[in-house]
Amino acid sequence: MTMNSVGRPTRPEGQAAGVGGSLTGARGLLQDEALIFELGGWDKSGVDLEAPALDASDLGDLVRKTPIGIPGLSEPETMRHYVRLSQKNHAIDLALYPLGSCTMKHNPRLNEKMARLAGFGDLHPLTPVSASQGALALMDRLAHWLKTMTAMPAVAMSPKAGAHGELCGLLCIKAAHEAKGQGHRRTVLVPTSAHGTNPATAAFVGYSVTEIAQTDDGRVDLADLEAKLSSDVAAIMVTNPNTCGLFERDIIEIARLTHAAGAYFYCDGANFNAIVGRVRPGDLGVDAMHINLHKTFSTPHGGGGPGAGPVVLSEALAPFAPAPWVVSGPKGFDLIESPEGEAAQGFGRMVAFQGQMGMFVRAYAYMLSHGADGLRQVAEDAVLNANYIKARLSGVMTPAFPDGPCMHEALFDDHWLEGTGVTTLDFAKAMIDEGFHPMTMYFPLVVHGAMLIEPTETESKQELDRFCDALIALANAAKAGDVNRFTGAPYLAPLRRLDETQAARKPKLTWKPVSQTPLAAE
Amino acid sequence: MRYLPLTPADRTDMLSVIGAKSIDDLFVDVPGVARKAELFDLPLHAGEMEVERELAALAALNRPAGAGPFFCGAGAYKHHIPATVDHVIQRSEFLTSYTPYQPEIAQGTLQVLFEFQTQVAALTGLEVANASMYDGSTACAEAVMMAQRVTRRNKAVLSGGLHPHYSAVTQTIAHAEGMEINRLAAAIDAEAAVVAEIDSDTACVVVQTPNAFGTVTDVTRIAEAAHAAGALLIVVTTEAVSFGLLKSPGEMGADIAVAEGQSIGVGLSYGGPYVGLFACKEKYVRQMPGRLCGETLDAEGRRGFVLTLSTREQHIRRDKATSNICTNSGLCALAFTIHLSLLGERGLRDLAALNHSRARQLRDALAAIPGVEILTPRFFNEFAVRLPQDAAAVVEDLVGQGIIAGAPYSRLAPEAGLDDVLLVAATETTTEADIAALIAAMKGRFGQ
Repeated sequence: MTMNSVGRPTRPEGQAAGVGGSLTGARGLLQDEALIFELGGWDKSGVDLEAPALDASDLGDLVRKTPIGIPGLSEPETMRHYVRLSQKNHAIDLALYPLGSCTMKHNPRLNEKMARLAGFGDLHPLTPVSASQGALALMDRLAHWLKTMTAMPAVAMSPKAGAHGELCGLLCIKAAHEAKGQGHRRTVLVPTSAHGTNPATAAFVGYSVTEIAQTDDGRVDLADLEAKLSSDVAAIMVTNPNTCGLFERDIIEIARLTHAAGAYFYCDGANFNAIVGRVRPGDLGVDAMHINLHKTFSTPHGGGGPGAGPVVLSEALAPFAPAPWVVSGPKGFDLIESPEGEAAQGFGRMVAFQGQMGMFVRAYAYMLSHGADGLRQVAEDAVLNANYIKARLSGVMTPAFPDGPCMHEALFDDHWLEGTGVTTLDFAKAMIDEGFHPMTMYFPLVVHGAMLIEPTETESKQELDRFCDALIALANAAKAGDVNRFTGAPYLAPLRRLDETQAARKPKLTWKPVSQTPLAAE
Repeated sequence: MRYLPLTPADRTDMLSVIGAKSIDDLFVDVPGVARKAELFDLPLHAGEMEVERELAALAALNRPAGAGPFFCGAGAYKHHIPATVDHVIQRSEFLTSYTPYQPEIAQGTLQVLFEFQTQVAALTGLEVANASMYDGSTACAEAVMMAQRVTRRNKAVLSGGLHPHYSAVTQTIAHAEGMEINRLAAAIDAEAAVVAEIDSDTACVVVQTPNAFGTVTDVTRIAEAAHAAGALLIVVTTEAVSFGLLKSPGEMGADIAVAEGQSIGVGLSYGGPYVGLFACKEKYVRQMPGRLCGETLDAEGRRGFVLTLSTREQHIRRDKATSNICTNSGLCALAFTIHLSLLGERGLRDLAALNHSRARQLRDALAAIPGVEILTPRFFNEFAVRLPQDAAAVVEDLVGQGIIAGAPYSRLAPEAGLDDVLLVAATETTTEADIAALIAAMKGRFGQ
């Protein structure tokens, strides 16, 4: 066994040295890819532009005289660079992406095609409303779908992501309390199992965060909630279905207690895909809930974004929604950008323009494709798939909450790994060698060594079986003492385990030339 | 229901493996009162053709920027995007991948983010940049909150040249945090007016160049004044192509530079998704919001990239995080970096020079119309003009003639009382024929 400098095996037992080691550092056709700063030229360009003589007589001293320091690539070099990089990425189009709490499902290309129609993709945000009636109509129809599916009377469309939606919801709540002379309420209650964005958002708008305990069966502890509700509490933030993959059975009681204490009920709607078409959050007593359009209505994650996070609002909060919003009248649709009079109670503005129109088009195309019947089937299949995984894997792994069904995701802990010498992280990395993206690890924090698996509704039974078979085989290998398979994994990915500690200790966040004299454009 | 692969037989088999009689057994935790959702006024599922038909009909009611003479900017700009950009960002491995939390199988996204950070740092003349924000306006608000953390002071001064939407977004966020915002009245060429407002409680001053009226400003003196008082200078740019022609914010003494990156590689898309650029001096990096990608080595000593300094972020620090941001604009950052790689140093300079040149042509043509006054003294590719009539009415009238004449300032800030001010922008896509059409239409409108 060859070990590297930090004592990790560099290839699995039995794999001969030399095999897999090329002379160039390439792995077969998978090539190492230099950075654009190492590939490009300072006088190279992949576009043909007529360059005018610069007449900058008005600008004088304001004209840049120093080099910028960005290289150029010809068009074929650009194509190869990015295509090679793409080959080092895993994606939902390649295989199941079982990220608990992050809903990675099929991204229909029809939605991409629709978002690129010139009438949407090439539409300026300040186009006069008379020349953007189709865009406003689409926003209005999308809003109608969101309101209908949630049984909520209003929706703020502009938030640009789920966490931005949380911010919007809490700002509405803050404005509503202030309008009622209740501005002294300074606390937001958040269950221990919440996404990190919930406490971060509450703190970002100046609230102090108090955690609510969790019961042994993975739900909000009602007794602890009651004990912590007071005239100082502005809101409670509950994710439902929650991040343990469970439906909060006492949700109606949670809403009732919250309202009785004069606080508002914020629901984190990140997991709405598990209940869409079957449960309307408005029927549960929710005051505000963001909907991650990219999760429930499948706009691509794009390597980390963009997303979109419209927020549905109750009657009590609707007057405080941020501008802009769409209204319809006899002359068609209008966009209210600077509300006046009665309408001016809103807390302000979240973003420069109307929000993520490109995502609205994709989500609306997805809704139309599914229809009311299909969306209900989405929730049912998402829940069925998660429970199927839970049932199949419970023989070898330990489910965190074995009793009763789960919703859209199945949560396991690391009890079954005790004594094997394999950690949750090792196990997850070994999944890569078997052709699967790891599940979410170590989250939610309330479960030791958590492994959270979300299959979504767009996986076939065959793919679920392939996944379960692979995990069962890996689990048996761990229990049989085949530890090296795990501790050095992944062996077969483009790179081996990366040193994240070193990256954080001495951050290298930009490329710097080896020689200290960068090539100048002059 | 073409996106759902399970067959009825699969569902029956799976339920029996689970040990459930029906799907309803899996929803037992839902209270009975909420178990039956009625979606009676929504249509049933539709085939691909029907969906295309409905969306194409809606799209046809809009007037795309490319449909005719077009002069609208004000924070979003119509530029040509090379075909390569859209092709690459639609590759499945970029489009349908998740946040790169598993670096061994996300090196494509991670290397792109590292290249993006380096490009943004170079453009802004600062040492470090993050891996993108939602857009320029939210980046501006985050920069103000960051200045509060760095200086432990509680006041921000916003110049009257800051895009009114950016001011509004910043005011929303800063107000919620209990910060005091001193927003100066709209002014075409008065960035330096912020200096008189700085006091010992000032965390930052925020200036924009080119500003919302198109005015470009050397902010060096403002930086000196801010620093002398212990405040930070935040420089905002809404037209990223201007970096190719103008001195960078860092060169002029900015501590934080934020920008809207839409101009490079990202389409107009009625306001989003866009990509916020965020750069700062290295000493402030641990107070920076958003994601950061860093270089490191793998277990075999090969160069690789990982998300790093995550102890600033919400998933680690929860209510102590620098920001609540989770999602960024990764795919738009990819589009930005591809377009910028295609341009390169020379291409960006040429593109910027071309934009400036076309805007000067437009300025000269408009200046020749009696009654039209050019208001912006020095500009890049956008400037303000005073019209003899209400600007919004003129724009609305010219829409009927197939021309989008610009953005009335009153649409951004009706309270400013600048109803006769029109913001006009020209880019490399603006032709002489476009300019001639605008001039003819305006002359017709003004009875000349």
